[in-house]
Amino acid sequence: MHSKRLKKIEPKQFYNLMCLFFYFRDRKEWADLEPVPQDDGPNPVVKIAYSEKFTDVFDMFRALLKNDEKSERAFALTAEAIELNAANYTVWHYRRVLLQALDKDLREEMKYITAIIEDQPKNYQVWHHRRMVVEWLNDPSEELQFVAEILSQDAKNYHAWQHRQWVMQEYKLWDGELEYVEELLEEDVRNNSAWNQRHFVISHTSGYSDSAILEREVQYTLKQIKKAPHNESAWNYLNGILQDGGLSSYPGLLEQVTELQDTCSSPYLTAFLVDLYEDALETNSSSYDQQETLNKALELCKLLAEEKDTIRREYWNYVSRSLQNTYGSGDPVASSSDPPPPSSSQQPDTEPSDP
Amino acid sequence: CLSLLSESDDGNFILQGTQVKDVVIKPEAPNTLLLDKHADYIAAYGSKKDDYEYTLSEYLRMSGIYWGLTVMDLMGQLSRMNREEIIEFIKSCQHDCGGISASTGHDPHLLYTLSAVQILSLYDSINVIDVDKVVDYVKGLQQEDGSFAGDKWGEIDTRFSFCAVATLALLGKLDVINMDKAVGFVLSCMNFDGGFGCRPGSESHAGQIYCCTGFLSITGQLHQVNADLLGWWLCERQLPSGGLNGRPEKLPDVCYSWWVLASLKIIGRIHWIDKAKLRSFILACQDEETGGFADRPGDMVDPFHTLFGVAGLSLLGDEQIKPVNPVFCMPEDVLQRIGLQPDLLN
Repeated sequence: MHSKRLKKIEPKQFYNLMCLFFYFRDRKEWADLEPVPQDDGPNPVVKIAYSEKFTDVFDMFRALLKNDEKSERAFALTAEAIELNAANYTVWHYRRVLLQALDKDLREEMKYITAIIEDQPKNYQVWHHRRMVVEWLNDPSEELQFVAEILSQDAKNYHAWQHRQWVMQEYKLWDGELEYVEELLEEDVRNNSAWNQRHFVISHTSGYSDSAILEREVQYTLKQIKKAPHNESAWNYLNGILQDGGLSSYPGLLEQVTELQDTCSSPYLTAFLVDLYEDALETNSSSYDQQETLNKALELCKLLAEEKDTIRREYWNYVSRSLQNTYGSGDPVASSSDPPPPSSSQQPDTEPSDP
Repeated sequence: CLSLLSESDDGNFILQGTQVKDVVIKPEAPNTLLLDKHADYIAAYGSKKDDYEYTLSEYLRMSGIYWGLTVMDLMGQLSRMNREEIIEFIKSCQHDCGGISASTGHDPHLLYTLSAVQILSLYDSINVIDVDKVVDYVKGLQQEDGSFAGDKWGEIDTRFSFCAVATLALLGKLDVINMDKAVGFVLSCMNFDGGFGCRPGSESHAGQIYCCTGFLSITGQLHQVNADLLGWWLCERQLPSGGLNGRPEKLPDVCYSWWVLASLKIIGRIHWIDKAKLRSFILACQDEETGGFADRPGDMVDPFHTLFGVAGLSLLGDEQIKPVNPVFCMPEDVLQRIGLQPDLLN
């Protein structure tokens, strides 16, 4: 019997519920407020039974909202509510309103949000809250270090990367980022987020139009490919940076990639060669024998479709057909591997049902 | 090759040595579609009053209802849901500014405004809310650069561009926004690999790609997509198990059966996925005991993954499920009734 796993339940939340808790409704400092129970409308969609603590905190929160109360106790309550459910965006809104209304110490708030994010780094609200505090303080000085810490726990955290990119662009903090990206790629050369960041940094600083920079990047990428050949991100990056100039005309590239075939073969390498040959055909490059190039490309497509990347055979057959039809000397290809006739936009392709 | 298998942190088997991050589907995993169980699961969801996860998810309740109703309608079981109560609930969630919140007493947000409009479209009851105010609310969230904020606090994300145009399209009011700027912003989020992220420069991600291709479909701008390049990136999401991930080197998740597949359908390249292998992955994500789908085989089910598992199967052509529209993730017959036929590429 396989065990089922609960996900997204924070251990801390369970623990909190089980601990003894002095309910807000029993605290004398809160005696003046009438807790507002959850109301889902005239006929509740479903009856919701909260845990005792959850009910207590959120009933009190609703009371504060209803009265639009802007006080220290309200502020303290938002922390309790956030601890129970950090995804509740309304609580975060209210906390920001209070931060401003009560003129709270934003440096303290930075410490607070730092702790929350460390605990729950995959939540939209917490990162947006941090961004607002940074904006209010107009102080990004801790941000890159903080994000690096979060990324050290999960180097692909999408929210963390967005925050990092925002900080860098907003405050023009580009120095040292390429070095940071290289460190991450040393740790995990398949980190797609890091490859994306590499592109982001260079695009916003030197750009790729300088041939020395482009060559540096090509060599760097080929080096990483040698370390780990089966790496989609590296190949995507290589393709991406060379697209403008054209793969087939980049000096020495075909030779370098072909050299890798023995030791560093992968479907990505083969696919890259297909792209390169296609570029040679498209640009009618004089450095390439057109017929021979077409034949090589078709051969590789066949290899991919039939052996090396069969799960994507439909794609490779499409590429094959396109090349034949565009650059072949004969009649347009009609093969049994044609895709089903284009269906109307309303209907899905029909498939056999369960065997 | 059992020696190549090891158990990952989350209890799934991963393949070593091939350096491909993936799961392995166990032989005893479900391989037939258990629609009745899923309908029972959704019909009963939320009636388990003291379910902690249900309570915690109140902040997204409107979307939760949309997921539940849509999957029930796709399975032909919408009548089992409580239409009147849900409509009353939605009415109680519209705020003075016109925006709609996830639940009563929560703040309005574009995400839940879209979900509410989708639900009311399913129920052909759009006029129970103040439609003009919804339109004003959405229009008011467009920024100088054409992007959309999710709410007054200003988070920018291409998800919100999608929510804005999808909402307005369902209401027949696309003309109120600055379309050129809106399109310009989304296109500025196109990356070197043909994909899209949440803001300009953000890493390509299948969820964001769905939002951006959906956006471009609704706004009639699909010709701006590099369909071959993006289609290739999307079909590269398919792993040996047959499942789809959201970006390179991540584990498969059944919700990507929707984000990736719908995107491929929109750009006319759905046949680039190995459909049989994907189907068996999706079916393996079912829970035979409780009904519903989980993110991957063996995990806990939830309505979100249940919708996207069923919707994915519909896109793959399962005839037991109603056809689903790849842009709106709503039954095609609902959109036909409304008269909405967003472009798809051939």
